Amino acid sequence: MAEHATAPESHDGEEGHHHDLPFWRKYIFSTDHKVIGIQYGITSLFFLLFGFSLVMLMRWQLAYPGEALPIIGSLFSDETMPGGVMLPEFYNQLGAMHGTIMVFLGIVPLAVGAFGNYIVPLQIGAPDMAFPKLNMASYWVFVMGGLVMLGSFFVPAGAAKAGWTSYAPLSVIETMGQTMWLLGMVFLITSSLLGAVNFLTTIIQLRADGMTFMRMPFFVWAQFVTSFLLLLAFPPLEAASVLQLSDRLLDTSFFLPSGLVVSGEALDVAGGGSPLLWQHLFWFLAHPEVYVLILPAMGIVAEIIANNTRKPLWGYKVMVYALLFLGFMSFIVWAHHMFITGMGQVMSTFFQTTTMIISIPSVIILTALFISLWGGSIRFTTPMLFALGFLPMFGIGGLTGLPLGLAPTDIPLHDTYYVIGHFHYVVAPGTILALMGGIYYWFPKMTGRTMNDALGKIHFWGTLISMNLIFFPMFIQGLAGVSRRLYDGGEVYAHAQGVIHYNEVMSIAAWVLFLFQIPFIVNLIMSMWKGKPAEDNHWEATTLEWAAAPSPPVGHGNFKTLPRVYRAPYEYSHPDFHDDFWPQHTPPEPARQPASV
Amino acid sequence: MQIPYTVAPRPDTGVYNAKIGVWLFLASEVMLFGGLFSAYIFLRVGAPAWPGEIHGVMYARASEILNVPLATLNTMILIGSSVTMVMSWASLAMDRFDRYKLYMGATILLGFAFLVVKAFEYGTKFEHGLLPAEHNFLAIYFVLTGLHGLHVIGGIIVNAYFWGPGAKMWKTNPKQFTNRIEIAGLYWHFVDLVWIFLFPTIYLL
Amino acid sequence: MSDAAHNIEEVKKHVRVYISVFAALAILTVVTVGVGYLHLPILPALIAALVIASIKAGLVAAYFMHLVSEERVIRLLVWMSLGLLVFMFTILSVYYYDQVGAVTGL
Repeated sequence: MAEHATAPESHDGEEGHHHDLPFWRKYIFSTDHKVIGIQYGITSLFFLLFGFSLVMLMRWQLAYPGEALPIIGSLFSDETMPGGVMLPEFYNQLGAMHGTIMVFLGIVPLAVGAFGNYIVPLQIGAPDMAFPKLNMASYWVFVMGGLVMLGSFFVPAGAAKAGWTSYAPLSVIETMGQTMWLLGMVFLITSSLLGAVNFLTTIIQLRADGMTFMRMPFFVWAQFVTSFLLLLAFPPLEAASVLQLSDRLLDTSFFLPSGLVVSGEALDVAGGGSPLLWQHLFWFLAHPEVYVLILPAMGIVAEIIANNTRKPLWGYKVMVYALLFLGFMSFIVWAHHMFITGMGQVMSTFFQTTTMIISIPSVIILTALFISLWGGSIRFTTPMLFALGFLPMFGIGGLTGLPLGLAPTDIPLHDTYYVIGHFHYVVAPGTILALMGGIYYWFPKMTGRTMNDALGKIHFWGTLISMNLIFFPMFIQGLAGVSRRLYDGGEVYAHAQGVIHYNEVMSIAAWVLFLFQIPFIVNLIMSMWKGKPAEDNHWEATTLEWAAAPSPPVGHGNFKTLPRVYRAPYEYSHPDFHDDFWPQHTPPEPARQPASV
Repeated sequence: MQIPYTVAPRPDTGVYNAKIGVWLFLASEVMLFGGLFSAYIFLRVGAPAWPGEIHGVMYARASEILNVPLATLNTMILIGSSVTMVMSWASLAMDRFDRYKLYMGATILLGFAFLVVKAFEYGTKFEHGLLPAEHNFLAIYFVLTGLHGLHVIGGIIVNAYFWGPGAKMWKTNPKQFTNRIEIAGLYWHFVDLVWIFLFPTIYLL
Repeated sequence: MSDAAHNIEEVKKHVRVYISVFAALAILTVVTVGVGYLHLPILPALIAALVIASIKAGLVAAYFMHLVSEERVIRLLVWMSLGLLVFMFTILSVYYYDQVGAVTGL
């Protein structure tokens, strides 16, 4: 508290020059991690909405196959939706781009780019990221990747159609959209790598005095492990993208086997390649990528739960060790996505075993979060609702993954709607709920104002219920054997007839989900200007981002004087302290020490 | 605002920021080339013969297609450039800026020499119609050496900057400039390392 | 001042090491090319080439990249990425054999 009182005078002198920066240096090409975090946030929220719009179009085709989409359908060109009826090619474009945009342009940049950038330096008590210019570069490279992906809709024959996994050989013989997809991926991968280098250096080097690794908030740990995953898992996909680009542009055949016949004609290539090679390199990234999507969400949920139960996280250390183990294991499970490729016995046994093992640390973290609720005086604030929603939703997503991790059960379920239901439960009602919770939780720090609680609760309940109505029927359809990526939702298959009526329910739920995002968007925009002014430490939290007063923290540098850390991150309701929260940077009270003798 | 540990090492980790940064970057580079080498392994163990038949001629060994003497020369050039690179850093550490200029200049020239030899090698392949599309052996050869070549070009650009305009920093902040050369050196040695593995796997085995 | 002088002495010692490492690298390059011309069967040739390359790489990493005297945090990072790399190579080398029961291309 003492440092707050003396700070303004000592600070004003060096702060003055910051306000002289021209607008474009301060808000567009800024090197301040807070501005970059918000840039990432706005961009990725836009992409989330865009990716969601793509799937809302697809849901029309799935609910009412072959029927013209009224009003909106007439806005589309004849190559995509002639007369409002969606063409199969366009359906495939929407599917591939929905996955790509949601994962690489929506969730990862929101979870890592936005929250990581804004919160990590504040929580470890650093003035900025270790390499501010690199930080700016990674944002702008990300934007270029996003523009290339968006632009791919306008090239001849449209965007990539080979799915977000871009499996070869289909992707190699694809139209120009696939080349754009690969170029876009190279940009996005480069951006993620620059970001990961920056995050890791920041966390290793710029922790404040007294901020030992075991005093770091769980969210910082989550970002730390996530950055390692990005750093080491993404390059093999970059290598694979280079190889696929070479297949497409130089006519090599890394992924094309000998004697490949396309539309009745033998393909004129050298051959000798392997489609499985793409799958290996792709999943070497994409399995760790799953954890890139979920770990920051777990971090956010841990912060919100500790704050709103007013007690320390249960088993903080165990959670950290579980997290590290999870990160390590995520590199050695990738081939469980490939059981159906005719994998040999030894490999399949190995990957089934590692897959079963990796579920253990996830369960440890989830259990620790559940137990943290026990005996807490829980405040049901809007962020807390989202965090509480995350727990069972991630639980469903995780548990439904177990049958997919074992070859005997995976083979019948592979590429059915069951898989779609499983991973959507992890990332949509799982990660996205947590990210929304993070927005409500840190909004007061980012803007100095609070978001409306009533609108927030409407948003939460509407989102939770409609998401479940979308994704739960997918399990039922999948168990009935309905394949994913079907243009008509399975209408022509006899085995799908018993479950096909769910398509309409799911589609309506998807559009209702959109309606429930409107209060959120309104709330977000209105609260920036009209929201109730927030206190410096709005939620009475213990971690350092709330010590960076006022809200939002001062321009460049965050803290008036760099804080010193005296204790663990979640000292809530400590018996030795007069408040129910004991901030990490509050010096110990000398009067208390002799009393304990 | 001042970011801590940009020049002086942080006491508990013992390193300055950029050094951790470049090592992290190199770790990701290891995985990038690792992915490409994995592709090489995967394609090779699955091939009926290696390199196999190209243009109707059966090759039992890579050295029958590729020019081993030229690649050996290139190996020597790169190793030499690694030595001049580390000497340029040592010269700065010994406060000898003039020698730094000399060694760094030599590093850049050796980098160019590597590229010239490489271009000559590519040229003869193209002349004989040995293009990447002809066979997967050639494809992996061109992609691996091509990507390595791009890394060499990147290194030359960085080194040229520190030899020319970037060297002004020696007058204002010699400690930080020495650090920068160390960082550039780490990258350059890594490019050398990749070649050390690339040379036997592609040319000799 | 004496610290700087001490530092210079230290670097001079390093320089002698650099020269001998260069000589070792050059010799090993000649050796690996020589072994290549022996046209050994694939397995001994592979082992010889990889062992020599690993020694060369080890020399470059240890002395030119200063890993011998580097801090723990960096050595940890290097071992971690190497471990991951070896794992990836192992899986992709035996995957095909496990699937088909034969390797032809070596």
